[in-house]
Amino acid sequence: MAEIRLQNLAHSYTSTPAGPEDYAIREMNHIWEQGGAYALLGPSGCGKSTLLNIISGLLSPSEGQVMFDSKVVNELTPEHRNIAQVFQFPVVYDTMTVFDNLAFPLRNQGMAEAKIHTKVQEIAEVLDLQSLLDKKARNLTADEKQKVSMGRGLVRDDVSAILFDEPLTVIDPHLKWKLRRKLKQIHEQFNITMVYVTHDQLEASTFADKIAVMYGGQIVQFGTPRELFERPSHTFVGYFIGSPGMNLIEVTAQPGGVGFASTHFPLSETLQRGIAQAEGKSLKVGIRPEFVHVWDGPYDDAMRADVVHVEDLGTYKILTLNLDGAPIKVRLAEDKPVPEGTAYISFPGQWLMVYADEYLLEPLSEVQP
Amino acid sequence: MNKVQNNKAWWLVLPVFLLVAFSAVIPMMTVVNYSVQDIFDQSSRYFVGADWYKQVLLDPRLHDSLLRQFIYSACVLLIEIPLGIAIALTMPTKGKWSSLVLIILAIPLLIPWNVVGTIWQIFGRADIGLMGSTLNAMGINYNYAANTMDAWVTVLVMDVWHWTSLVALLCYSGLRAIPDVYYQAARIDRASNWAVFRHIQLPKMKSVLLIAVMLRFMDSFMIYTEPFVLTGGGPGNATTFLSQTLTQMAIGQFDLGPAAAFSLVYFLIILLVSWLFYTAMTHSDANR
Repeated sequence: MAEIRLQNLAHSYTSTPAGPEDYAIREMNHIWEQGGAYALLGPSGCGKSTLLNIISGLLSPSEGQVMFDSKVVNELTPEHRNIAQVFQFPVVYDTMTVFDNLAFPLRNQGMAEAKIHTKVQEIAEVLDLQSLLDKKARNLTADEKQKVSMGRGLVRDDVSAILFDEPLTVIDPHLKWKLRRKLKQIHEQFNITMVYVTHDQLEASTFADKIAVMYGGQIVQFGTPRELFERPSHTFVGYFIGSPGMNLIEVTAQPGGVGFASTHFPLSETLQRGIAQAEGKSLKVGIRPEFVHVWDGPYDDAMRADVVHVEDLGTYKILTLNLDGAPIKVRLAEDKPVPEGTAYISFPGQWLMVYADEYLLEPLSEVQP
Repeated sequence: MNKVQNNKAWWLVLPVFLLVAFSAVIPMMTVVNYSVQDIFDQSSRYFVGADWYKQVLLDPRLHDSLLRQFIYSACVLLIEIPLGIAIALTMPTKGKWSSLVLIILAIPLLIPWNVVGTIWQIFGRADIGLMGSTLNAMGINYNYAANTMDAWVTVLVMDVWHWTSLVALLCYSGLRAIPDVYYQAARIDRASNWAVFRHIQLPKMKSVLLIAVMLRFMDSFMIYTEPFVLTGGGPGNATTFLSQTLTQMAIGQFDLGPAAAFSLVYFLIILLVSWLFYTAMTHSDANR
């Protein structure tokens, strides 16, 4: 059990990286605390598997340090880091029985056979594998195999952390839910640090207490699912989390706020100061479709938008609007009246985020000297 | 609706039927025909039943060469299979070296049998052969034409040189088909190198190894050209294997009856042993 600290970590697959675009992992500092359940969320190719392999030691980072409890482990091989990893596709030892598969990591450690027996039984019970223990691993179904793969990671209770690399890709949807709950249970039971890589936001938010969103080789935000939803600190997080993603509109600085075409968004003074400092950067405003307010009828302070399209998804409706040339998605509760032709909307100030060069502009309470 | 019966479609099978008849059944039945008759000329043929078979099965000369043949094939398998696996495991997997090694390994496989025999015949000669004269210069009394042991070792080394590449290449292809993630999982599980070989590489190589064992068994059991060129079966009968005995019988002595009976027995032995290998190696796959 350990806290995992990444210090000035960067990785490039080329030996002579010419620029930031050659890096699979751009320089980052990050801490996974002992006992946490974390998700590493991001699109394909964002570097999440690379980061995972660096933590487990399958890859050696080209720059920076990986530390387990303040001990630098860069030079340690996976077998010496004492870490468990479950891969995307199930890896079982075909010729062995399920019991022998689960016992394999323990036997490699030289544990006494009696103790192995109790440990394997314990894990088999947690994963519902008891009835399969005598079966050859090659005759299992894909999800049984993946459970065995997971079991080999979980059976060692002395591991520093368990890393999951999209472990539920090959699993049937109804079993996915079961296995995810199982993992959560195991986490609560054993209090092991777990890092779960996925590109599925639902999977991430049901498993993890805190989610790290990766984009272009960087962790762009690390927070609870709620934080990611309410205050995305990067436009990518806004776009990637939520369905549909955040509405993002390119704007320019205007006296008293920002705006585009003939639309103006007034902003607080603290934000205005932030914008003044961010001169030269590209500005965007963002608002979640859930937070756009739709008035029941014409209202003086509201903005007028044309209704382009209405999608009824059963439990809610998605409205596509045209606001001064910018497409706006709105999530409308099922019982709300659907505006026809023209909608009157407003963006509540607390949910309107301003981004400078894709990063969230924090309100500056004091004028910087 | 009544099903339309149209037996004319059977005619479509005819080409295959003819092909198999001419390529396998008819030549084979000719041999069967010879094996049950004593033929002097066109007009004097006598049916002898199983007499030739009895004679062949009781012939001590054939017993000796059958025993030699089994020992030889066993040695070939025991050396070439482990050696081939070992070579495959140490072969580089990427970069220019991997292609170079593949080419070097493929070279012996491209050389015709009688050329291989000739190469080793000259290579091993005590007077002008590099290996023969070197060994003798080192004080080892090496002479494959005179010493039984030397002849055996030379024939075996020649076969190993000629055919280990085949086993190595087959195993190499089997190893390349193992996804990286298996090795990664094994490292995470702290598996030793031996455990990786025993539980990952060997099981994944099993199907190619089956092919390698069968091919090497059948080929070595039928070996003719190389020992014939190298030692001519000598010294004495020390390296006279089954096919050479058969040739002597059929062409040297023109004993077509016994030779035909012997051919069929020979064929059945190969079939039986191949079947045994196949069953033994696939049997452990039985589901549990």
